[in-house]
Amino acid sequence: MAGVILNQVGKVYSGGIEAVKGISFTVPDGYFCVLVGPSGCGKSTLLRMIAGIETITSGEIRIGERVVNEIEPANRDIAMVFQNYALYPHMKVYDNMAYGLRNRGTPKAEIDARVQEAARILEIGMLLNRKPRELSGGQRQRVAMGRAIVRKPQAFLFDEPLSNLDAKLRVSMRVEIKKLQRALATTSVYVTHDQLEAMTLADMLVVMNGGQVEQIGPPLAVYEKPATTFVASFIGAPPMNLLAMTGPEACSVIAGVPLGLPSEGGIVGVRPEDLTLPDNGERPAGSLALDLIVNAVERVGPETFIYGNLQRGGDIIVRVPGQASPPSGERITAIAPRDKLHLFSADGRHRLPI
Amino acid sequence: MVEQHRFGNVLPHLILWIGILIVAFPVYLAFVGSTHEPTIISNGQMPPWPGSHMIENYYRTIFVGTSGTTREPVGTMLVNSFIMAMVIACGKIAISIISAYAIVYFRFPLRMTAFWVIFITLMLPVEVRIYPTYKIAADLNLLDTYAGLTLPLIASATATLLFRQFFMTVPDELLEASRIDGAGPFRFFKDTLLPLSRTNMAALFVILFIYGWNQYLWPLLITTRDEMQTIVIGIKKMIVTADAITEWQLVMATAMLAMLPPVAVVVLMQKLFVRGLVETEK
Repeated sequence: MAGVILNQVGKVYSGGIEAVKGISFTVPDGYFCVLVGPSGCGKSTLLRMIAGIETITSGEIRIGERVVNEIEPANRDIAMVFQNYALYPHMKVYDNMAYGLRNRGTPKAEIDARVQEAARILEIGMLLNRKPRELSGGQRQRVAMGRAIVRKPQAFLFDEPLSNLDAKLRVSMRVEIKKLQRALATTSVYVTHDQLEAMTLADMLVVMNGGQVEQIGPPLAVYEKPATTFVASFIGAPPMNLLAMTGPEACSVIAGVPLGLPSEGGIVGVRPEDLTLPDNGERPAGSLALDLIVNAVERVGPETFIYGNLQRGGDIIVRVPGQASPPSGERITAIAPRDKLHLFSADGRHRLPI
Repeated sequence: MVEQHRFGNVLPHLILWIGILIVAFPVYLAFVGSTHEPTIISNGQMPPWPGSHMIENYYRTIFVGTSGTTREPVGTMLVNSFIMAMVIACGKIAISIISAYAIVYFRFPLRMTAFWVIFITLMLPVEVRIYPTYKIAADLNLLDTYAGLTLPLIASATATLLFRQFFMTVPDELLEASRIDGAGPFRFFKDTLLPLSRTNMAALFVILFIYGWNQYLWPLLITTRDEMQTIVIGIKKMIVTADAITEWQLVMATAMLAMLPPVAVVVLMQKLFVRGLVETEK
């Protein structure tokens, strides 16, 4: 087992496009690190650079003690699970899992023991003699995991492994991946664009945007204290409400204390779940009050999302428990306590103290 | 699918049967002709039913040969044709799959130039370059050899293009997974690409075998000795006899025999052939 250390890693494609811009972070041994970001943010490129199937144009990557920049993927002691599983279509499940070990010249008896062990862990023992096309999506996913497990690598690399599964299966496989990683205690790097997957799986969350790291930290810390407006709107669903404030608005006083925004303006963020709808429209002291005109309501059962507009302009989402149903066009007041607000600089790049 | 009307079924069947008759009738005539005495056909009175000389005629065709121009028995020609078609088909597949592999999976200088040069040879079949090709074959002492018969026909742009198209549809992740699994270029080719190309290779084999079997112009030029003749040339030589009666019953028997190997290849490989054209195992 070993950690994965990235030091100023960069990737410039031959066309001059800079996909990854000098990223540094360390995944400690046994940690589950999730790279999350919108498509095109460079997260997959970064993962493929760790795997060795994409060259590194600057910086260095270390797996354990070794700098692996120039080392072939096969010799990096990693295993990768691909988005479309990349199982060898003409090989049986058993051979799919055994192939890498055979190429390494592992003794037959040991290959068999490891494949059987992996099949037992993943409960695919009865599928070993089938070909990939005879398997369902979930089963293929398990085989792809099995192929990674039998290698007993220093690190697992996952490239959006659940995105081809249906929603229900995705949730159950997510739980299983987490359990498996806990049991094997193997360092893992996992790429996804799904913030829910990222939140639930990660020990360590790396939010990326435009080839750069926006924020690194434990998932809940990232959720509670997003470092930039990008992170604030990417982590959490529905996303945080962000209100750009300038001029006199920026100098608003809440609960007798100035908002704390610089006089040239800034951005106030409040999560939909931190907003409440007081019964009588009262505005308790110490709260931010937003007067909304309701324009849509989504009821999903345990909670309700209310979409509204501010009179000053700007969309607000309020997430309330239970089944509220204010009619469209109604005026409502949503309030949030002061300590639930997030303040950012006007460009959204910095978090300001509240 | 088309709806199953009663009338809707009759017309297609009628057309189908007419088509079958048009294709099958000459074949049937050839078969009938190959079973009669020589005099019957020469008199112009061929009966519509097979005669009684079938075994005798076919025996003579295969093991003895006609008494006229081609002194070689057709058995030798069959062997020659078979060797030629086999070597051409297998050679074309082997060379084109390797060149397609190089073009798709390796980055080397002038890669696209190489591809276009191969592409351009599509416009240069053997008939177009027959003089230089003959000159080279003659200078290399390849006249009247199997190598001379097959080598100039082996390079194939069509097959290279087909494999290239197929390789480009193989997901990149398979290559990446192979690299992580420790398979080098040769292993990836042998363990992954070759098995995946199986049906394509079978389909190509059928087409190329028939292409090789039907070669006429090149074998005509390159072979001079009777024992190197292919069956397609043999038939032609049997018909043209200056000073003797054409032994039509033997010509017909030869035609029947010439038809058998291509038909056998198609029938035996039909399943793979169709799969190779319509689906891939990805």
